Amino acid sequence: MALKLTDYRTPVFVDWCPGCGDFGILSAVQMALVDMQLAPSRVAIFSGIGCHAKVPHFVNAYGIHTLHGRTLPFAIGAKLAQPDLEVIAVMGDGDGLGIGAGHFVNTGRRNIDLTVLIHDNGVYGLTKGQASPTLKLGLRTKSLPKPNINEGVNPIALALAAGYTFIARSYAYDVRHLKDTIKKAIQHHGLAVVIIQQPCPTYNDINTKEWYSGEDRISPETGKPVPRLYKLEDTGYDGVVRKADEAFEKYVAALTKAHEWGDKIPIGVFYQNELVPTYEERISKRIPSYLHNPPAKQSISDSEGKPITSIQEMLKRLQVTGF
Amino acid sequence: MAGGPQGSGVDSAANIFGRACCYGGLHVYGKREYHSNIKGLHSYFHIRVSKKEVIADVDRVDLLCAFDAETVVRHIWEVAPSGGVICDTEALSTRIFDVPTWMPPFIEEFKKALDSKGIMPVTVGDLLKEAQKNNVHTYAIPYIDLLKDIAPEIGEEKLSKLTRMINVLALGASFGLVGYDKEPVEKAVRTIFGDRPKIISMNLQALDKAYEYATQKFKGFDFRLETIPTDEKRIFLQGTQAAALGKLIGGCRLQTYYPITPAADESEYLEENERLQLEQSAGKQADGSILIMQTEDEISAINMASGAALTGARAATATSGPGFSLMVEGLGWAGNSEVPVVVTYYQRGAPATGLPTRHGQSDLRFALHAAHGEFPRIILSSGDIEECFYDAAQAFNYAERYQTPVIHLIDKALANSNKSCRIFDPSLIKIERGQLLTENDVQGKKYKRYQITESGVSPRLPLGTPNMVFWNTGDEHDETGHITEEPMMRTRMYEKRMKKMETADKEIPMHERVNFFGDLNASATVVSWGSPKGAVLEAMERLRQEGYKMSFVQVRMPHPLPKEYMVEVLGKAERKIIVEGNYTAQLAGIIAEQTGVNMDYFVLKWNGRPMSSDEVYEALKLIMQDKAPKRQVLTYGT
Repeated sequence: MALKLTDYRTPVFVDWCPGCGDFGILSAVQMALVDMQLAPSRVAIFSGIGCHAKVPHFVNAYGIHTLHGRTLPFAIGAKLAQPDLEVIAVMGDGDGLGIGAGHFVNTGRRNIDLTVLIHDNGVYGLTKGQASPTLKLGLRTKSLPKPNINEGVNPIALALAAGYTFIARSYAYDVRHLKDTIKKAIQHHGLAVVIIQQPCPTYNDINTKEWYSGEDRISPETGKPVPRLYKLEDTGYDGVVRKADEAFEKYVAALTKAHEWGDKIPIGVFYQNELVPTYEERISKRIPSYLHNPPAKQSISDSEGKPITSIQEMLKRLQVTGF
Repeated sequence: MAGGPQGSGVDSAANIFGRACCYGGLHVYGKREYHSNIKGLHSYFHIRVSKKEVIADVDRVDLLCAFDAETVVRHIWEVAPSGGVICDTEALSTRIFDVPTWMPPFIEEFKKALDSKGIMPVTVGDLLKEAQKNNVHTYAIPYIDLLKDIAPEIGEEKLSKLTRMINVLALGASFGLVGYDKEPVEKAVRTIFGDRPKIISMNLQALDKAYEYATQKFKGFDFRLETIPTDEKRIFLQGTQAAALGKLIGGCRLQTYYPITPAADESEYLEENERLQLEQSAGKQADGSILIMQTEDEISAINMASGAALTGARAATATSGPGFSLMVEGLGWAGNSEVPVVVTYYQRGAPATGLPTRHGQSDLRFALHAAHGEFPRIILSSGDIEECFYDAAQAFNYAERYQTPVIHLIDKALANSNKSCRIFDPSLIKIERGQLLTENDVQGKKYKRYQITESGVSPRLPLGTPNMVFWNTGDEHDETGHITEEPMMRTRMYEKRMKKMETADKEIPMHERVNFFGDLNASATVVSWGSPKGAVLEAMERLRQEGYKMSFVQVRMPHPLPKEYMVEVLGKAERKIIVEGNYTAQLAGIIAEQTGVNMDYFVLKWNGRPMSSDEVYEALKLIMQDKAPKRQVLTYGT
């Protein structure tokens, strides 16, 4: 029987603020899972700490709500021990790019086949609106005592530099686009990250829903707002690397696009390169049995509890008498 | 003792020496000391060889094998009367205070020693002449001349390459001096240099040259070393290898680490052996593996191990003090989420960076209290290299039975000491996975990960089990694993977690938690944990022979502490003595806190060097003679 949207819901009350972008993200995740007909028990959703972190509690799948900024290490541990799992790591911009920035960068070096979703709203919502690492220099969102004194990090450029092999941006209120982007990210063979622009109606009074849809700039010709977000695919942009020798050119193009912000903000796939071997493939080269007998599947004892791992060869190399 | 600048092959020489003795049927114990430095600073290996098993280091050096002048100066006072010093002829003319690597505190101490002896040697040769008065013999060897002699035969003229064999020259001379059979030595050279035939043949020639030189030139050295054939199967290894083997047999399938001394050796050894053979039923074999992950930091290391443990794989991380400091947050998460993660904790000189390559035993309190809040944990402490093996395997059983983090404490003295051990017996290890469910156990039932039970243990399902889901969170949670802040549930869930500690305390038998040695009716009882075990046992044996009756309780599970047992055993003792490697007597404090029993005597040490059996003997003897102060601080070690 086909899985329905309700199969991915839990009875847990969704306690985000009314109008929060997280609702759109939650729906898009559930819709992507329905579209892909992924059984709940095959999916593990990891999160950090913050508003985003409640996502796993609202999705009927294995849900692991971890520590602030530490989502990726937990997710990687589970994925590498049980590579059949479809692992999704949900992070906030503060959680994933501030306290967890080291993990975000180093995960890029590994190209593990998992999906990273970053809820990017420019503030630390759950602690009442402090500036997050993506908030631009000089902005003063409503609960900041002073304008932001730090420059904002560019998550797309950072992901590129770190080695992510699928890098996309989407928007929490464009649920269809977001769902399609998440699907592409999950289907990507390697490490995928989707930066999700998300208004925080409570604490970010600058990058609001109205700001993203350009309601402050009405076109004199049409009398309608000119949205700030535009879709890369509508411009003929193609970030997919199909041959090894075009990787650098696509990388540079993606980096250029990554720096667009303000009046024109691109969404869609910036860069995708499936020619890079995944971490699992790299392990398999060293350990041929890895994928069919990964850590979680190996038996370690017989029915009586006798260990079955042979250490005889190792002992033999250490042996000094009694040959 | 073999010593020289780091990078000069002290390790390989000591390994060859140790193995050569082992091959000859002798028992070997080797203590390794080195600086936090790659090349140039002093390092040494102190090797004890005996017909009987050796379990500790001693103060005395019978033969000092020096690759450089510094080694002679540093260790000369340790050489026993009628002992010998092998050194380079050229070192004799080195002016003592011209050695560039002295640290100011050493010079100060050394000058004081000279003053107290009323001597003023200028060169290393002068110093050795002073030692001669103490009947310490000098065996000077022209290292460079010997190397030049063999250069044409081995086809290597470059002096920089030839001098790499000074270690083997010194070794050859040592064995020549004590008249040891050359065959096991050659075998050891072949083993250590492995698959590099050119290196092996060069080194064999250097060995032979120095061996013959010493045999012909040097007479009158009292010590002889002879082989004793044996049928007993023995292995020669260091503590990190023993722990690694224990992890493999215990079923560890994913280990994470961030490079740190002295823990990293364990993970590297595991990585070298990552492909495993699993003995299936009916003699069939399957391919298995252990995945070793070098992470970006220790925060990642513990959390990655926890992530893996959620899937049902046995997972661990290995670190030292500074790394464990970073792991604390993750430890709390694992405690709250009831994840069976194992941390192998190699203590070293602390706090902060402390003494990165030196011994320390001051992290018991830290292991016990690390992370905010309260949650169950089990702490194991190995006392020797054999225990490192068995405890490393057993740690996973406790972790899975009580679904909580297990911290396995080892210390640098065990990590980097080499010992000949009776070959490990995997059949002594039983795998116990606790309440680990499979899909069949839960099919058609409603599964609650944190079901409230009498024992506190909730049946555990691996993440990824088909047709099931569950939730984990670092927040307080209800039985399904969803966040709750309701006071009633908070009270019950908290209590459920904590109850596991009582369950563990009830279930784990005493012989897994303490070792008792000596006389049941002794009036003096020593309590210790970790690597002092060997020194205490040797000291006690010497005292027994002198008529002093003592007993010794080695605490192998500092937490949960076997309280009633401690009260019962210590209640009988007139002299209660704690021996441990820290300033505040941490175990003594924990015992006092949990049992009300206070120690009468404290034997403590924190100079970065392991305890020797001589100094422990001296300290215990003073106590037995009622001449000891309440607190004695040990200071042996170079």
